[in-house]
Amino acid sequence: MGIFDIHAVRKDFPILEQEVYGFPLAYLDNAASSQKPIQVIEAMNDYYRQDNANVHRGVHRLSQRATDAYEGARSKVRDFIHAKSDKEIVFVRGATEAINLIAHSFVRPMLNAGDEILISHMEHHANIVPWQMLCDEIGAKLIVIPMTDRGELDLSTFDDLLTSKTKIMAIGEVSNALGTINPVKMMTRKAHEKGIPVLIDGAQAVPHMPADVQDIDCDFYVFSGHKMFAPTGIGVLYGKEALLEEMAPWQGGGDMILSVSFEKTQYNVLPYKFEAGTPNIAGTIGLGAAIDYMNSVGIEALAKYEQDLLVYATNKLTAMDGIRIIGTAENKASVLSFMIDGVHPHDVGTIFDQQGVAIRAGHHCAQPVMQFYGIPATARASFAFYNTMEEVDALVDAIEKVQELFA
Amino acid sequence: MSGSNIRDLYQQVIMDHNKKPRNFREMLDANHLAHGNNPLCGDALVVFVKMAGDVIEDLSFQGSGCAISVASASLMTEILKGKTIEQAEEIYQQVHKQMTNEDADPAILGKLEVLGGVREFPARVKCATLSWHTMHTAMESDHDISVTTE
Repeated sequence: MGIFDIHAVRKDFPILEQEVYGFPLAYLDNAASSQKPIQVIEAMNDYYRQDNANVHRGVHRLSQRATDAYEGARSKVRDFIHAKSDKEIVFVRGATEAINLIAHSFVRPMLNAGDEILISHMEHHANIVPWQMLCDEIGAKLIVIPMTDRGELDLSTFDDLLTSKTKIMAIGEVSNALGTINPVKMMTRKAHEKGIPVLIDGAQAVPHMPADVQDIDCDFYVFSGHKMFAPTGIGVLYGKEALLEEMAPWQGGGDMILSVSFEKTQYNVLPYKFEAGTPNIAGTIGLGAAIDYMNSVGIEALAKYEQDLLVYATNKLTAMDGIRIIGTAENKASVLSFMIDGVHPHDVGTIFDQQGVAIRAGHHCAQPVMQFYGIPATARASFAFYNTMEEVDALVDAIEKVQELFA
Repeated sequence: MSGSNIRDLYQQVIMDHNKKPRNFREMLDANHLAHGNNPLCGDALVVFVKMAGDVIEDLSFQGSGCAISVASASLMTEILKGKTIEQAEEIYQQVHKQMTNEDADPAILGKLEVLGGVREFPARVKCATLSWHTMHTAMESDHDISVTTE
């Protein structure tokens, strides 16, 4: 598919064809979770209908097919994020689990009281709380890169925040609450100049733009399947092979061992060392199918289309009275957080819903961002490549309805 | 869901109490208070109670929240002021009933019936009950206790 065809794309997402309260559904809550194309649903369906068996175990035909499909998905992920080797791709439940794994197996063993972990003010709770727990346990300090009113990282003191005590820098590539695209490549280079390892949370980036871990040169990269048109319960931890090799496993069990006796257990090789127990096989196959789907649409093409959607929506909302857009960074992915004067975002969410417009109202698991702006919550419309300009118009109509009701 | 209408939820009385909440003030001589939070939406309020014997002499609240939670808190302070603990408890139970689809007594509810609109919006029931739970906790305590609805 060379040219992006929105009508063809929408046919692949049967869920979008429904009405809600008599209005056509406008699903604008993609930053919370995305919809799944029929190709992903069918891939999982086919697995359960034809190939279901455990992986890496059986000598029988079904187990072989399941293993081929599961490992095939790993190679798809490797290509998708441009990793060097399949060994660098660890399947986990989601970005949250991947960050916890790194906190536990990579950072914890080398963290001492007084050391520092560097994050930013606009992180998702998943990239705050695991570090905070670790700091509390060890007596280390959580250091926070500040942000500006526009919702960009304030990097004026960045060089000073990278110290000899910094044991890891963990930064989101795209802010889920604001849409800001952070300069992670430059930040990674600066951290590396001081020998600081870097984790990039790509959960909000991978659905919207090409991912290239070698270009960023980060040490770890994490993301969730369900935000990129794959099922829930599957996600990816990418780590540079040499680092993963040095790390101890974080969960013990089957599949992560080479041999077990009561005296000694020898751990399995990468990446299986980190995949204890029977994995989410169907979810992994679904993730592989989602990557195939995104490639067939064309990631550059969908990124460009989404930028058009975002610009259209931003212009529409900017032209309205009584609307304040939260997060006006120069480089943004397709997230539009806003406030309607005099109306709490929860009321906005309920009234939108009655118009068929699905958005998120709340703190978006980024309460420090809300505290920064002195607001309890925002209304957030977040777009995917299957959204249309007409759905942006439905958003505008819904805002007018709220303003009329609260006039 | 059929028959639900956004106007049933956002009735005039609700909109009025949201815009001009009654008894929206700190009470320095309160002898009971409690904090209420809904961590999912960030609604946060404080309910202040001044008891004289077993009568609620004064009742006020402060905080921020959606129209439903602010209006519910405002209506609550208006209705419960001057009531005995026993009467307040009965009203509390009736409010709870009407939001959870049980038969409630309209005679006891009076204008609190407008809060019944949330029945058709299950995601919003907690907005309407936050202040009531907080009041209940305040009455049962003589010091600062936090309640959480989620």
